[in-house]
Amino acid sequence: MKELQEVSKEQRDLYWKKNIRLTTFTLVIWFVVTYVCAFFVKELNNVVIFGFPFGYYMGAQGSLIVFVWLIFNYAFKMNKYDKEFGVEEEEEK
Amino acid sequence: MANGKSSFLDNLGKIYMIYTVGFIVFVIGLGIGEKMGMSNSMIGYTYMVITIGLYAVIGISSRTAKVSEYYVAGRSVPALFNGMATGSDWMSAASFIGMAGTIFGLGYDGLAYIMGWTGGYVLLAVFLGPYLRKFGQYTIPDFLGARYGGSAARTIGIIAAIIASFTYLIAQVTGVGIIMSRFLAIDFQIGVFVGLAGILVCSMLGGMKAVTWTQVAQYIILIIAYLVPVTVMSYNATGVPVSEVMYGQVLQKIDAKEKQINADPKEIEVMGLWKIEADKIDADIKALPGSFEAKKQALNDKLAALPADAPAADKEKAQKAITAFPKNPAEAKEKWELAKKAAMDKTKPIKPYLQPFARLDMLNMLALTFCLMVGTAGLPHILMRYYTVPSVKQARISVGWSLFFIFLLYFTAPAYAAFARNEVLSNVIGLPIASLPAWMANWAKVGLVSFKDLNADGILQFYELTIGADAIVLATPEIAGLPYVVSGLVAAGGLAAALSTADGLLLTISNALSHDLYYKMINPNASILKRLTISRVLLVIVAIISAYVATFKLTIIVELVAWAFSIAAASFFPALVMGIWDKKANKAGALCGMWLGFSLCLFYMIGSRFYGLSWFGVKTISSGLFGIPLGFITIYVVSRLTGGAPKDIQDFVESVRIPKGASVAHEE
Repeated sequence: MKELQEVSKEQRDLYWKKNIRLTTFTLVIWFVVTYVCAFFVKELNNVVIFGFPFGYYMGAQGSLIVFVWLIFNYAFKMNKYDKEFGVEEEEEK
Repeated sequence: MANGKSSFLDNLGKIYMIYTVGFIVFVIGLGIGEKMGMSNSMIGYTYMVITIGLYAVIGISSRTAKVSEYYVAGRSVPALFNGMATGSDWMSAASFIGMAGTIFGLGYDGLAYIMGWTGGYVLLAVFLGPYLRKFGQYTIPDFLGARYGGSAARTIGIIAAIIASFTYLIAQVTGVGIIMSRFLAIDFQIGVFVGLAGILVCSMLGGMKAVTWTQVAQYIILIIAYLVPVTVMSYNATGVPVSEVMYGQVLQKIDAKEKQINADPKEIEVMGLWKIEADKIDADIKALPGSFEAKKQALNDKLAALPADAPAADKEKAQKAITAFPKNPAEAKEKWELAKKAAMDKTKPIKPYLQPFARLDMLNMLALTFCLMVGTAGLPHILMRYYTVPSVKQARISVGWSLFFIFLLYFTAPAYAAFARNEVLSNVIGLPIASLPAWMANWAKVGLVSFKDLNADGILQFYELTIGADAIVLATPEIAGLPYVVSGLVAAGGLAAALSTADGLLLTISNALSHDLYYKMINPNASILKRLTISRVLLVIVAIISAYVATFKLTIIVELVAWAFSIAAASFFPALVMGIWDKKANKAGALCGMWLGFSLCLFYMIGSRFYGLSWFGVKTISSGLFGIPLGFITIYVVSRLTGGAPKDIQDFVESVRIPKGASVAHEE
């Protein structure tokens, strides 16, 4: 675990804080598109786009699109933070 | 050898591209063959032999004698390909064949499965995937063992991994048997054991390495097979071959049609007839056990009354009726209660397809979604896949690719369901019984579709028709008027889905036994050769046991698979997440948390399933709803009461939290 000596505690804590903020953001959106949308599905169904009642659409496809975006967004941002805080892993051989 | 390996990894894109094109050419070739008179069974056999042959070639050419290749594919699988492999590892026979049918039947409420089985990857991405890769060992119990010190946590991990994976494995092997027997017209038992050979040939010689590259190949076949029929159906129904977008129009048609059916006097007549039927069953239930004896006697009399020269089919039918009859009054009560409930459902107007919470109440739908999500993020055969990528960075991206490849299928499933429902409502209901389309008769033969002219008006009413969930995807090629070669393709896709999941599960179980139990706990000095040999032998033994259990075709299996999610969610997930996110979590906390979460989950399952226990009306399938929070709270509280975690464990957690220093496995 020599990486703990290589990166200072402050640096690691800052990095972890950034991570927690991004994780919280991701989970909030995740919660809204699944549970909040399902909770208000009847109200949302009054909006019909292209034949799809919006509440139904969020359950069937909308939430899925957001999930895929959320994960890639998380991955790219975290990979960027790694560099920013000097905690990225050694280049792969 | 080293050269050959890197040139394979460097050319992955090209190799699988050629493979995909080759497969498409093969399907087109079969299509031409069909036009020239190739028989259906010939097409079925060609599909099975060629696809299983392909998997076998990949499996055998990936054989290995290196521990890191056997357990984690040498940690050399690029993010995108690990995503594909995870996709087919994850999507089982139930996703491929059953998902669309579930939505067909449950309408909006069935979307709990769609959201649950995809949303779980968000949890996996932020809570577990990258950190497990940083930890970088071989199995999930490995992590529990390292984080919570000693054999106790590892042992609970092994037990939970085996319970969750084994029930799931049996369901996959059963799926393989069903597909084999239906499309090759062979016996179910033989189908199971042929399929078993297909599973073993992929995993035995090359472990995770072989399984990974076969799973990628299987993903390609299963996704092509899933998308082709529904795309054609969309083109037929709307003129645009993009089912995922076009089914919106169809939803409106379904809604209008359902209203029309609910107002039809003939339909109302049938609903009345179901009421009479339900009352009859109710009377039988009240008259138990006398009614049980009388009915049993009547069936026996019927068989005895058949003249000696009666057709064999009639005798067989009478015999089957006796075999299917409940064994005792208690079983009769359970069966008849179900029949009564089914009949009662048909006395009421159709619940609109789009209406939320018509079949599951809101609490149960949300609870089910939650349990499936957390369970997804806690299933060891999926988590294990993130050990196989080269870096933490790639692990993060790989979760995204995994969900993307899963998304392609789940995104389409609601379209499948809608097109099929529209077809049934618009073009089947209201037809004269004598001129029903051919696909209905075909699937009636295997019992997936059944219809009966209750009111004897010669016309098919909605409640005179029953369609099994599995029929939706399997029958769509015929509904869309496609040649048999596409039906065969769908079967090959279903087989790929079942085989790939079975491979992943089998490996998880045998690794838990060979690596965690044998190597880590019983004989840490075992040589590499010995470890791999034991692992391979266990693989064969577990496979044979699962096939043996599958041949009994226990109906409880389907239910157990759903339970596996709650079990994984309540036992694994809290301990894994707290292990990374709570530095103070310690051994005592984790042991209590895993044990209590698991116990409460199991207690509620058994209580609600068999003894009428009900908390807030939550159904058995969502039992994890109580176990998950209990697990988290217990770990938090007990860890603090017992003085938190020692310094070296806290350092371990700190190191898992940053990618720097990721272990690049070089073990031979």
